Amino acid sequence: MARETGWERSRDPVGIWEHRGKVALASRGHAPTDRRWDGVSMDKTLGAYTIIAANAAIEDAGIKPSDIDGIITSPGGQPGGAPIGDTWGPVRPYFAPPYNTEDGLTQVTGEWLARQMGLKNVRYFNSHGDTIWNLIGLAAQCVGDGRCNVALVTYPTGNLEGRYHRNPDTRVRGPAQWSSPWGWGLSGQGFTFEQYCRKYGSNHDRMAPFVVQEHKNGLLWPGSYYAQHEPQPFTTEDYLNGRWIAQNLSIFDCDRPVNTAAAYIVTTAERARDMRHKPVYILDHTESTFQPRSLVQDLDDTEAFCKVQAERSYAGSGLRPKDIDIFLPYDGFAVFTQYFIEAFRWRGVNKGEAHDLYAMDITPQGPNPLNTGGGNMGTGRMRTAFFSDPIEQIQGRAGARQAKKAEIAVTHGVLPGNAATIVMSSTPG
Amino acid sequence: MPRPVPAPDPLSKPFWDACAQGKLMVQKCTMCDRKQFPPEATCRNCGWAFNLTWIPTSGRGTIVGYSVTYDTRINAWVPDQPFNNAVIALEEDPAIKFHSNLPGVKVNEVPVGAKVEVYFLDLEDGIKLPEWKLVHH
Repeated sequence: MARETGWERSRDPVGIWEHRGKVALASRGHAPTDRRWDGVSMDKTLGAYTIIAANAAIEDAGIKPSDIDGIITSPGGQPGGAPIGDTWGPVRPYFAPPYNTEDGLTQVTGEWLARQMGLKNVRYFNSHGDTIWNLIGLAAQCVGDGRCNVALVTYPTGNLEGRYHRNPDTRVRGPAQWSSPWGWGLSGQGFTFEQYCRKYGSNHDRMAPFVVQEHKNGLLWPGSYYAQHEPQPFTTEDYLNGRWIAQNLSIFDCDRPVNTAAAYIVTTAERARDMRHKPVYILDHTESTFQPRSLVQDLDDTEAFCKVQAERSYAGSGLRPKDIDIFLPYDGFAVFTQYFIEAFRWRGVNKGEAHDLYAMDITPQGPNPLNTGGGNMGTGRMRTAFFSDPIEQIQGRAGARQAKKAEIAVTHGVLPGNAATIVMSSTPG
Repeated sequence: MPRPVPAPDPLSKPFWDACAQGKLMVQKCTMCDRKQFPPEATCRNCGWAFNLTWIPTSGRGTIVGYSVTYDTRINAWVPDQPFNNAVIALEEDPAIKFHSNLPGVKVNEVPVGAKVEVYFLDLEDGIKLPEWKLVHH
């Protein structure tokens, strides 16, 4: 039974999930995707966009708002529900209700959403979701355990004006005392990637086919920021000319912050079968959190953490690498995606071989459909292509992105040391 | 602009106090004979606090990798971009890592695998920051 905390399937042996194939994703809904909220358009706040996404998911499922009996959300999209971008207050004044707190501006709780949408039949709220992989896992566990039957699951991702996460501190406390005095930050991504390339004889240029293909896929997914606002092709030359944020981490390895929201209906398999589209059965969810031994997470740590989580997922679902038709590993940052591919041994890829895979056919219609929705690189920092795309793939409505075989899809994120994996299927298994 | 200055807390004060005396210390659990850095309230291996002590290190290490920061989020570091970010593994326990900017080493010319030794930079508030320099034989 899911508790408010400690619900994760994060201790080995996890065993086959007790609700395997008995819970399903029924629909997806999206708001428009903007680069930022401008601070004045109250019809484009994160709250307003979450309402649009929620109504779209409800309509997509073919149900009524009164059917919703649970709301499960990550209010800001980050661990603990924290906002992905910066908060609005306290440096700026709030607005008239319902925008008189952070809720509705840079975070959207289930309680706020229910009030604004007039959802009267909600008997279960959980606004303690994490990144979207953990959030869907939480929702699946809650529905499987019977806390609610028709859950509205929302995932807002906000971005305000300016560059976010700037650090003005001149005195550093807590964990920052061990990193900021040396200027350590995103350089950590470049450090691990450099170790990877040195160990396996690769280089950053070999990332290009992967990122370029993600942009192509993203332009074919209507929810993408790029599809909506910057539809021009992204080329290999663009990628290779990307400026460095840190050595081996280019601007085009970093997902672009956006302001948008998505919503999903997670329900019992039985209820899903009566909804508009065929159910996308959830076969398993597993989670893991690791801490490196010392100051930095190096390549050895990274590979070890990813291996544990991949093996946990296979143990939980009962699947093997060859069973996965579509693989959707997180890419925000793009330079850590190879660790996930290699840990899951997808398409037989072993350590040090992911960049070889990138050079092969990884198009949606080819033999290695990878991040068919475009990941974050091809859509923006919304993270929801990792679910909306495989839902559409398995339901057979992915259009120009439709893979030839889309019976099992696995998505995995968010970081090599803090991850969850969701296994989706066209059949209950 | 000077680099950000560590503000010691009860957990980290022994480390910074030792640095002020020119010593690089790490925690050690006398129960499981395991070193850990950064300091924690308990041994992450056995979970006990009362077996944790502080021990001096050799102050010697090896560069195990690096990156270069070109666009930092840390305002105080912006004027010094680009700068090296090297990672040092402690000689007697390579699992223990330290940060270094390798002052004096040209940007993006970090000799991975090279031996280094610690020294201390004077910051504000009496803080001495461990830094590392190449060992030339």
